[in-house]
Amino acid sequence: MELPDPRALVRPHEVHRDLYRCPRVFELEMQRLWARAWLYVGHDSQVPEPGDHVALSLGAQPVLMLRRDDGGIAVLHNRCAHRGAPLAPEGPGRAQRLLRCPYHGWAYRFDGRLAGLPQRAGYDGVDFDASAAARGLTPYGEVAVHRGFVFARAQAGGPGFEAAMGELLGALDLICDRSPRGRLRVAGGVLRSLVRANWKLYLENINDAVHPPSTHASVTDAAGAAWTARQAEAATVGAGVDPEGPPLAMRQLLPFGSGFEFFDRMGARLLPHGHSILGTQHSIHSGYSAQDVQALREAHGEQRAAQVLAFAPQNVVFFPSMALKGSPQVMRVLRPLAPDRTLVEAWAFEPEGAGPQALPGALLYNRQVFSPLSMVAHDDLHLFEGQQRSLDADGHPWVSLQRGARAGADETPPRDVGGLDEGLLRNQYRAWVEMMEAR
Amino acid sequence: MTIPTHEQLVDFVAHEARLLDEQRWDEWNALFADDGWYWLPASPAATDPLREAAHLYDDRLLREVRLRRLRSPQAHSQRPPGRGHHLLQAPTLLGVDAAGGTFELRTPFLYTELRAGHTTTLPGTARHTLVLVDGALRIRLKRVDLLHADQALPAVEFYL
Repeated sequence: MELPDPRALVRPHEVHRDLYRCPRVFELEMQRLWARAWLYVGHDSQVPEPGDHVALSLGAQPVLMLRRDDGGIAVLHNRCAHRGAPLAPEGPGRAQRLLRCPYHGWAYRFDGRLAGLPQRAGYDGVDFDASAAARGLTPYGEVAVHRGFVFARAQAGGPGFEAAMGELLGALDLICDRSPRGRLRVAGGVLRSLVRANWKLYLENINDAVHPPSTHASVTDAAGAAWTARQAEAATVGAGVDPEGPPLAMRQLLPFGSGFEFFDRMGARLLPHGHSILGTQHSIHSGYSAQDVQALREAHGEQRAAQVLAFAPQNVVFFPSMALKGSPQVMRVLRPLAPDRTLVEAWAFEPEGAGPQALPGALLYNRQVFSPLSMVAHDDLHLFEGQQRSLDADGHPWVSLQRGARAGADETPPRDVGGLDEGLLRNQYRAWVEMMEAR
Repeated sequence: MTIPTHEQLVDFVAHEARLLDEQRWDEWNALFADDGWYWLPASPAATDPLREAAHLYDDRLLREVRLRRLRSPQAHSQRPPGRGHHLLQAPTLLGVDAAGGTFELRTPFLYTELRAGHTTTLPGTARHTLVLVDGALRIRLKRVDLLHADQALPAVEFYL
């Protein structure tokens, strides 16, 4: 069967609907884009001791993130070298001394080398040591760890980790330095949503600041009205207005109701390989922070602490698999399941040494905004799922990404743009084409 | 103070579910004590609503926000309006602290939500901690443990 031509599906200011609905495009995305990109795998705080592991899917690939004996991180295919059974079920686990396949008992060292198998004499008649099985568990590909964040790439080729990530690593450093020790750890547990829409419809939304006034009016109006009523009630009973202002739950929700001017001024930076930072100047998260400022100054110095606290982006997008916020410290991980199905995970971080107040704020944000039972995401998800169906409309196959485009800017797109600029999405699709083309 | 009978306690739980299914949101919210919480953890083993992930942990103010949102003409996901349905097993009285006026009930249920043509069915168990406020039963805590608490879920919009 003929492969889809990625270049025919993406124009400078619009993309074809087949990007979101065609099973062959999805399959090619898994074989090319998701295999060639540096994907977020997990965080090393999830596997503190040798033998600790997490089984998960990267693109369509079942993998195991495993702490080796030498303290490094291995990312291996979660497939026994023998007959293909999974070494571990999805989720976290801990192996003692060796990783053992539950099916026939083949055992592996924590770097994937085969350590032993039962009834070895049965292999005397074949040149076992020269076989694929004898090589043990297959590495997923290259692995890189930055500040505990583990990334991996299945196919060699293209820029190495540091070149591919570029300025994102500096952004990650700023986010990690919200800990006086410069380290975050995954904490509290994960929330998972099943979205009946293509992964790119979700990812576009992470870089879309035009939608809040129309999409999120239901929750921002409700939060505003409920909070006003609460204050009026407090005034009637003579309790007065809380000098600390609205509770954190309201300070997280109300800024979703900010206007276009606010969102445009927050600014965005387009980075190579589809990456971006939305909210370089400020964001809806700038107004709250559960940070012990003094501890940060002592740890990092006055200047660095100020820089760290000033960086509160709406989203730092690690194309194509992950988006991170600095305050609250939460992360979304995308796992495409099918052209019209995506699993989205919401994780929370605790900054080490920053006191107990940060984690509850991150978990509150995930509850309110990212849970499948949240208050904010319902309108988003409903619209993505509707988009997925409406793109079946045959009359108009192109999706417009024209906002902010300038004549002649296609060859050298601007680096810094307004927060409302669909240049963020055009930047993603330039990378999409690069990573989808035959090599 | 009159101690409620077993029947009154069970009726309270059934009435609470009925108010949800009939979307009588204000009457439902009024069943909570002023300091009452609704908690739906993201793990059946959860013990700390603030330091462990949860899908919902709502005090009175957050319940008001959520219920106001459901009635908003701008709630896109409620066009067309969704519907929820509770099928309850008979509640079991887990504990009574008559002196303190606290009553605990456990109610297995099957909750079904219909929204935008999709039907989601979720088995779970509700634990009600009820107190007497001015002689009337009120909810101090409703904890809902879903069988699928830690699994990927589609959007679920109403209180369970």
